[in-house]
Amino acid sequence: MSADADIVGAVAAGQAPGTAAAHVALAVLLVLYPLVASDFFLTQIGGYSLIQGLIALSLMLLAGYGGMVSLAQITIAGVAGYVVAIFGVNNSGVHGFGWPWWVLVPFAILCAALASSLVGWISVRTSGIYTIMITLAIATASFYFAQQNYSFFNGFPGYNGIPAPQVLGVNWRGPMPFYYLCLGTASLAYAAVLYGQRSTFGLTLQAIRDNPRRMHALGFDVTAHKVFAWFLAGVIAGAAGVLLVWFQGRISPGTISVGTAINVLIIAVIGGIRHPIGPFLGAVLVVLLQTFAIDIVGAARFNTLIGFVFLVIVFVSPDGILGLWQRFRPRAAREAWTPEP
Amino acid sequence: MTLSRRHILALAMTTALTLPSVALAQDDTIKIGVLATFEGAFTVLGEDGERGALTALAEFGGMAGGKKIEVVRGSSDASPDSAVRAARKLVEQDGVKILVGPLSGDEGIAVKEYAKSQPDVTFINGTSAAQDTTLRDPAPNFFRFSTDGAQWMAGLGTYAFTEKGYQTVAVVAEDYSFPYTQVFGFMAEYCKAGGKVPSKSWVPIGNKDFSSVIAAIPDDVDAIYVALGGADAVNFLTQYQDAGGQAPLVGGSITVDQTVLTSKGKLRDVLVGTPSAGPIADTNDSAEWMAFVDAYKQQAGAFPSPSLFAHGYYINMKAALLAIDQLGGDLSDPAKLRDTLGGLSFDTPTGKVSLDKNRNAVADMFLTEVTEGTDGNLVNKLIKVVPQVNQTLGIAEDEFLALGAVSRDNPSCP
Repeated sequence: MSADADIVGAVAAGQAPGTAAAHVALAVLLVLYPLVASDFFLTQIGGYSLIQGLIALSLMLLAGYGGMVSLAQITIAGVAGYVVAIFGVNNSGVHGFGWPWWVLVPFAILCAALASSLVGWISVRTSGIYTIMITLAIATASFYFAQQNYSFFNGFPGYNGIPAPQVLGVNWRGPMPFYYLCLGTASLAYAAVLYGQRSTFGLTLQAIRDNPRRMHALGFDVTAHKVFAWFLAGVIAGAAGVLLVWFQGRISPGTISVGTAINVLIIAVIGGIRHPIGPFLGAVLVVLLQTFAIDIVGAARFNTLIGFVFLVIVFVSPDGILGLWQRFRPRAAREAWTPEP
Repeated sequence: MTLSRRHILALAMTTALTLPSVALAQDDTIKIGVLATFEGAFTVLGEDGERGALTALAEFGGMAGGKKIEVVRGSSDASPDSAVRAARKLVEQDGVKILVGPLSGDEGIAVKEYAKSQPDVTFINGTSAAQDTTLRDPAPNFFRFSTDGAQWMAGLGTYAFTEKGYQTVAVVAEDYSFPYTQVFGFMAEYCKAGGKVPSKSWVPIGNKDFSSVIAAIPDDVDAIYVALGGADAVNFLTQYQDAGGQAPLVGGSITVDQTVLTSKGKLRDVLVGTPSAGPIADTNDSAEWMAFVDAYKQQAGAFPSPSLFAHGYYINMKAALLAIDQLGGDLSDPAKLRDTLGGLSFDTPTGKVSLDKNRNAVADMFLTEVTEGTDGNLVNKLIKVVPQVNQTLGIAEDEFLALGAVSRDNPSCP
């Protein structure tokens, strides 16, 4: 996380100075990470974790503050990804209108945010397991539609050869620039969520989560607040979708399949949805596991290992990694933050 | 501020994250990446592909060019994105100089695109058999010693029309580039011979419920051409039989191979007598093939007879090992490795293999028919060998390219 953004976020959130110090330490670590990491660890682990974390963050925003668990976040990221592929440049020979990046990126994110609002508007009158079912249905239908539609989505193969733009003489898909691009976007989104949580809108949303009928009786427009939360989540997921398509250099229905949709939920649950740092912790763990499990247990059973680790984490701590952290915090905090004698 | 447990944890995490990037360079081993589908609908196929690659390695005693060969595995779920992600890991993290794979059609096209960005690494196909992996816009460092899906169909269209007497055929196939290629290869001959294909059904990979597809097959067709793989083939065939389907089948190369023929259940009544074509035939009685089957059976979990995935990975892995041998284990110059691979021409269990100018193989093809073997297993009985089929199926190259890229609608003869 960039230092400035985090301090602003922490102060705005009215948190203890200890949290600010932790943010600074984390920011320094993440900014200096490229000094020690190989190109692979920069993009395939670092960049990819940040992207997955962003998508899970959009879910955390909805689930943590709005009480709406969505399985369609990867679909919304996919909307932005497909917009970049269709209106930008690709070498699949289908569409590819070659819009410049400064029109394309805002347009893609806007499309994702509108798609997200639409999903929200459809599902907002439901709650609990019904929201999950509706969003799962939307994600599944979108996946199969993208896979079988050739005129717009180019079917199973999707779009190939989608470059990241060259801006200011920098190739933004180069390992170092791309890592910082992801880091910058993630920090911004993280700080925005921390800030938003304490804003009037954020507090209202949390109140709606806790008691929608009372908020309605007090004169708040419950539906509008929820749909706006979906819009904001769509902005975050859309930004992640743009980064994702630059990261892969391609997009196909495999990117928005049901498996990946559930993956986002797993990341959020593993990380914990009480605090916006949770999705990023979850993403790092999941990406590391998915990349290296095959080296640990061989090709036949590596998915079993991944599943087993998830099971253990959720079993030991229903709040995910964040919950584990909280459990040990009082003692650790005492050790660390008491003034020295 | 004292050093707290939290700081130590953070430090430990950072070290753990960066440690694996310190590659341990060992001079006496060469790493070869093997990329196959170890998850998803094609898992069984991917595992058999791995067996094939290991069979080749065992044949060389685990050594090539005086160096020990270390196999690093990568897994995809048959989607192009996952294949590229796995390839990136093998190339950029594990540092393989040669990558063997991937397994399925669009994965091959995606990995070919990725290969262009990694000129120092040499990519050798697994069994992916889409036409455009090598035909249009090929990558200079992507080699395919296995053949493509249209080549695999050599002889089948003519056989179905003239010998079997099928005047009209409905097509049921998966909706991606490999089945398009197979259908192209089948129809190129079948339509030329005078056959008609009034209906084509494209189903997504991993489809479970085929009832609407089965209902859409016209009643008056003489046969159904099925190009489905792995679990999809088993699901379709079972449901077609349950629905009371009577039409005889014509099989794509992976529809009636060992991964499907060994599945449990009452499929055998439907399958017996199904003609097909591909790069292998189970009852091939040449000494080379028999020796290959014996070697293959040494692998854990092997089928009674190797599938074409085992065969394809075997041939491609063998090409890699032969090239390493010829270079004496010195892979420092990728251009030299490429020249060596391009010039390879070797005898395989299924005849001579050499490459064309697009680095795609020219090899013998086998026309087969499903029969019950002496031990009760279903096998593909060899009907005819079609010698040395090239990628343009014997048609002049410019004429062949003019037929257009394979797709849902190309070719067409309703």
